Amino acid sequence: MPHVKCLQCRECKSEYPIGPLNACEFCFGPLEVSYDYDSVAKSVSRKSIESGPNTMWRYHDFLPVDKESAVDISTGFTPLIHAKNLGRQIGLDHLYIKNDSVNPTFSFKDRPVSVTTTKALEFEFEVLACVSTGNLMGSVAAHGAKAGMETMVFYPADLEQGKILGAAVYGPTMVAVEGTYDQANRFCSELADAHRWAFVNINMRPYYAEGSKTLGYEVAEQLGWKAPDHCVVPGASGELHTKIWKGLEEFEGIGLIDKAKTKMHLAQAEGCAPIVEAFESGNNQVKPVRPKTIAKSLAIGNPAAGPYSLEVLRDTGGTGVFAYENSIIDGIRLLAETEGIFTETAGGVVISSLKRLVKQGKIKKDEVTVAFVTGNGLKTLEAMGDFVAPIETKPDLDIFQTKLSNRKD
Amino acid sequence: MMTKRVKFTFPQELIKEPVIYKLGVDFGIVTNIRRADIRDDMGWVVLELEGEGDVVDEGLEWVISTGVRVDPIAGDIIEG
Ligand SMILES: Cc1ncc(COP(=O)(O)O)c(C=O)c1O
Ligand SMILES: [Zn+2]
Repeated sequence: MPHVKCLQCRECKSEYPIGPLNACEFCFGPLEVSYDYDSVAKSVSRKSIESGPNTMWRYHDFLPVDKESAVDISTGFTPLIHAKNLGRQIGLDHLYIKNDSVNPTFSFKDRPVSVTTTKALEFEFEVLACVSTGNLMGSVAAHGAKAGMETMVFYPADLEQGKILGAAVYGPTMVAVEGTYDQANRFCSELADAHRWAFVNINMRPYYAEGSKTLGYEVAEQLGWKAPDHCVVPGASGELHTKIWKGLEEFEGIGLIDKAKTKMHLAQAEGCAPIVEAFESGNNQVKPVRPKTIAKSLAIGNPAAGPYSLEVLRDTGGTGVFAYENSIIDGIRLLAETEGIFTETAGGVVISSLKRLVKQGKIKKDEVTVAFVTGNGLKTLEAMGDFVAPIETKPDLDIFQTKLSNRKD
Repeated sequence: MMTKRVKFTFPQELIKEPVIYKLGVDFGIVTNIRRADIRDDMGWVVLELEGEGDVVDEGLEWVISTGVRVDPIAGDIIEG
């Protein structure tokens, strides 16, 4: 990690040596990795990146770890698809889907977790841990397995089976915590103080957050080294939204792309939209809410990066938009039926919010728009409800033909 | 001695309550405010609490019972 300078407090700018530390000693503000960008600029070019691996590690110069030691299960460099069918339906000529649901554990979480796991080995941790409601724990369990670390995942006891199995298969210690997500989270922050464990979303958070920048880099590279006019990003803690923008800003800063004029829109679900509500009220404080949404992966009532996500919305001219609860499944099905991509509820929130942004005139027909699809539909099957109505037939040609023509009427 | 770093979020109707003062007087907790933002309609305070034995936990339970939201500083990401 030749280009890393230190950790720096986002609030008071105090600096700290690189270590497993996430809060400033003075003001308790969040810490962020700080880089020597002159040094980055000297070692990268479009060519050097293009000749790198077809994974997120082609951008290792922008990450706080050495690529030689990367714990990599082949994450990233996921497809950017020109979504012509969906675009035609909603009135956009240049709509792209960044399909990050095809990562090894089927969500974008593999990006931040790959960086964190690498860093945890570097800090000589023996235990990798997280608190999660699903996507994160699958990714942590897989990376822990690959790294040969002991892995502990904590989750609220009432989680869906798909998510529990999707983590358990990699062999971590599974800990089902009684109570709400909030309570599990509080419990884990106490555990993080009591044990020397690498908690990916607690004491390792500054490194974790960096991994998501690679989504911004990839989109710019895949568009031919250009930032899009619009990004529509799903938001829970707000971290992903701020990091995609940080990625675009860094590329601009060292001259890999021209000035990024991207409007960074944030999509939340109606039943848990604290950042969008703060945006709409013009308030720069985020009021915590009690989540009540089918988009469980986005159900964070007290978003840690909320104030920074609001800053990005305002700095870029983006809009905070929510998807009505009853439109989330429609969004999932619309993407599936037009582009052949089955996303989870977070993706449904994005597609439904995208439609609203176009209707409101916030996105114009000829503008380049990227919608981020960050998780796979097979993880949230329960949410889809009962919409399958097959033709039920005996294996008999006549019966089938009759039923088929009845169906077509 | 036990110390905890927490964030209090006050709804509008509790902004004027002397919650932090009472933690000191009624529970004997030493409070040390690090950052805060108080508006007309809501406010938050980031602070450290220090006290003997279980008083910090007892104090926090009382704060929660008043309707103020308490979050830990360390782990404020709840994941998807
Ligand atoms: C599929 C999916 N998309 C988006 C998000 C939002 O990420 P963030 O918490 O960084 O806003 C999450 C996780 O919380 C997620 O699981
Ligand atoms: Zn600070």
